[in-house]
Amino acid sequence: MALLEVTDLTVEFPTRRGVLRALDGVSLSIAAGEVLGVVGESGAGKSLTGAAIIGLLEPPGRISAGQVRLEGERIDGLPDSRMRQIRGKRIGAIFQDPLTTLNPLYTVGHQLVETMQAHLGLRASEARARAVDWLEQVGIPAAAARIDSYPHQFSGGMRQRVVIALALCAEPQLVIADEPTTALDVSIQAQIITLLKRLTREHGTAVMLVTHDMGVIAETADRVAVMYAGRIIEVGPVRDVVKHPAHPYTEGLMGSIPSLSARVGRLQQIDGAMPRLTSIPPGCPYNPRCPKVFDRCRVERPGLLPAGATQAACWLHADAAREVAHA
Amino acid sequence: MSVLARVWDSDVAYSFRRSPVAMISAFVLLLLLVSALFSRWIAPFNPFDLASLNLMDSLKPPVFMPDGEAAHALGTDDQGRDVLSGIMYGMRISVIVGASAVLFAVIVGVTVGLVAGYAGGLVDAVLMRVTDVQLSFPAILIALLVDGVVSAVLPRDMHEALTIYVLIFAIGISFWPQFARTVRGSTLVERSKEYVMAARVIGLSPARIMVTHILPNVMGPVLVIGTLTLGLAILSEATLSFLGVGLPPTQPSVGTLIRIGNDFLFSGEWWITIFPGISLVLMVLSINLLGDWLRDALNPRLR
Amino acid sequence: MFAFIVSRVLQAIPVLLVVGLIAFAMFAFVGDPVTIMLGQDYTEAKRDALVAQLGLDQPFFVQYAKFMWNAAHGNFGISYRLARPVMDLIAERLPATLELAGVAASLALLIGVPMGVYTGLRRTAASARAFMIFSLVGVSLPTFLIGILLILVFSVLLRWLPSFGRGDVVNLGHWTTGFLTVSGLKALVLPAVTLCLFQLTLIMRLVRAEMLEVLRSDYVKFARARGLSRRAINFGHALRNTLVPVITIAGLQIGGIIAFSIVTETVFQWPGMGLLFVQSVRVADIPVMAAYLMLISVLFVLINLIVDLLYYAVDPRLRMSRPGAAR
Repeated sequence: MALLEVTDLTVEFPTRRGVLRALDGVSLSIAAGEVLGVVGESGAGKSLTGAAIIGLLEPPGRISAGQVRLEGERIDGLPDSRMRQIRGKRIGAIFQDPLTTLNPLYTVGHQLVETMQAHLGLRASEARARAVDWLEQVGIPAAAARIDSYPHQFSGGMRQRVVIALALCAEPQLVIADEPTTALDVSIQAQIITLLKRLTREHGTAVMLVTHDMGVIAETADRVAVMYAGRIIEVGPVRDVVKHPAHPYTEGLMGSIPSLSARVGRLQQIDGAMPRLTSIPPGCPYNPRCPKVFDRCRVERPGLLPAGATQAACWLHADAAREVAHA
Repeated sequence: MSVLARVWDSDVAYSFRRSPVAMISAFVLLLLLVSALFSRWIAPFNPFDLASLNLMDSLKPPVFMPDGEAAHALGTDDQGRDVLSGIMYGMRISVIVGASAVLFAVIVGVTVGLVAGYAGGLVDAVLMRVTDVQLSFPAILIALLVDGVVSAVLPRDMHEALTIYVLIFAIGISFWPQFARTVRGSTLVERSKEYVMAARVIGLSPARIMVTHILPNVMGPVLVIGTLTLGLAILSEATLSFLGVGLPPTQPSVGTLIRIGNDFLFSGEWWITIFPGISLVLMVLSINLLGDWLRDALNPRLR
Repeated sequence: MFAFIVSRVLQAIPVLLVVGLIAFAMFAFVGDPVTIMLGQDYTEAKRDALVAQLGLDQPFFVQYAKFMWNAAHGNFGISYRLARPVMDLIAERLPATLELAGVAASLALLIGVPMGVYTGLRRTAASARAFMIFSLVGVSLPTFLIGILLILVFSVLLRWLPSFGRGDVVNLGHWTTGFLTVSGLKALVLPAVTLCLFQLTLIMRLVRAEMLEVLRSDYVKFARARGLSRRAINFGHALRNTLVPVITIAGLQIGGIIAFSIVTETVFQWPGMGLLFVQSVRVADIPVMAAYLMLISVLFVLINLIVDLLYYAVDPRLRMSRPGAAR
């Protein structure tokens, strides 16, 4: 049984211009200890998926259909008091900007201790000792001294390490990392990703790594799901999706990554832009931009179909008869 | 789409249509404004035409009490002046003073803010220091001081004619810093944007850049603050008049009326002070409600 | 920290000098004190003698310096209206104003802050809405009208409380207090309530707005994602962060109470500095006006300093003395 199973998740926002569907039938699953990358452009719905899973959708957004199951139990629609026991303890979260994620008025030690005490019932001295240990694990030098420092006294990379410690200190089974390196210097990004990879491997934690950076995914993830306009349009083992993309959009994504070795006259790009949530075309949402579009694409919306080693929501692979239920 | 249709369909208008509070406040405000500005033609009596006053009418209670008359729906004061008409005339003055004071404050404050934000450096530092210092004193104190000093300076016989201008000046002076602060902040943000750099490259003069390019972009918050300041300005004027340093009984604003009526509170003729008080509160309340709604409607984050 | 205080004090000095200049300049505007003091008939010799005695033949800045020197020693000259030393008048009235302002300030803080927190946390409860309406009305009602209404209800109709004066006061050396007599306390009620109302509603709206802002912040989101209890989030994180900026503004607002007492004292004929000031403005009694202005500035500088110190003590980001973080 998968650790996390998301089935047909649909998230809607009622606005004065009608109901906006930000996520439309998203299905994915994460096995214990696995790293699933979720990649896509800004606005494709990656962060929303993470937020919906841990029950932190900003109102008026709401889950209007679908299920989220953690180790078989449904967790979508649980009251906040129950979700609080799950958040942190069973599912952790890492957000993008470490500067605003940490409360500037409390020491990092205090924030670590309060998290652990909330979930692990430790005495103050035990929690503090563990906090120092976590700081060492994430690579903060002189941890025993730095534990009483305030967030503004750390550099950006160090702060994100602290955030990682905070997300992992209650020993969750799954961590949702939402763009963990986007706000950091390029030179630091690699360090943080390596750290995340190592720690989650050591503790057996599964990771849902949300990012728009394909390079990070290629380095870190076991499997990857590609999102477009609020849906998953391709999913599969990382190597296969990168080397042999089955969906024209993924092909376009891979193709537009500039290579240092090849001599290229012009950078490749995908014409057009991802549609706004208010004007998603019927059928396959990618059809206006797809170089391989044909009639069926404009009319019927494809589900995820098997396409070699991966699955893609594209009618090009309609030869395989069955539709696959999840990613 | 025609301009009117576009305005109607805009986010702001939509928010207005959806908010019963905003619509009711706007209606009440409109009612008060119309009756104030057209008081000369609408009011049942002219309470300041000395010839028309009749002492036999004095101290009549409002119409819903015994001894009340329909002709004087809200009663009369000790000189036979109709309270309702007094309120209409008084509100006219209150509104004129308040609006003019805000206009003055906006002009001075926006100019200072634009110059400080655009010029930067020493000019900015000095101007902002002045602004901050004045901001740390309550507006009413500043208004009182300025009013007191200016009145003392002017020759006594010119007092009556000039009181309104002195008041407008005093109240305006007490409110400009808030606008200067806000506009300076917005100007700093806009100054580093590309369209300003482009304008400078073309060679437009700083004044031209400030007025035609930056100004329209910083007016949003000014509008919101302006509405709220209008309420404060009207209250300031009422307070000054109540304290006896504002408009005199010969040309009374609502504040003056309240002061006059205060003397009759203990002898039981409460209507002389309470009704003007109610009208003042209604006016300021509707302005504040509209201002609150406007601030929420124009706040991009709340949409 | 010592350097901090010193720098703040140094910054305040030019401000005091400028305010003093304005205060001094007021004298220049208003008629000839010599004429006022000598009355209608005087000889040239008498006039010249008086001018020399008052130092009015000295250049402007010498007179200014003398004025500031006197002011620093508490000598503000003689009131035109009452023909008594201004300082004596102020010393007499000071206790009345300070007691009134103190009670009003305490009320405003003790009621305003909790109400602000409550309406910030419970946005939609009916009671929260009711408080909001109350606060809106509070901001729209001018202080003097509140006073009149309270007088109408509690003095005229119910006859429970007095409508003017301080009641019986007890002399304690330099200070006269109304706290020790029943009539003194009764007389304090209506003016204190009137004075505190405006500040109370302002503080309440301020705290609420700040609370709402903080509740939307990233670190609160992260605290929720870590599964902290609602109590820990609302009171540990949100409240603490809300109060920090509130301290500054509330502090300054409270300083304004002293000046706002002008109106309240007039309505209730409370024998304090405010009433004295209004009476002097009405007849252009410049020495009193100047003295009041100077005193208020000193008071504001003091309050600003205290608020700055408080801010420094509470926000760790301002204490940049610790060595910087390692990369």
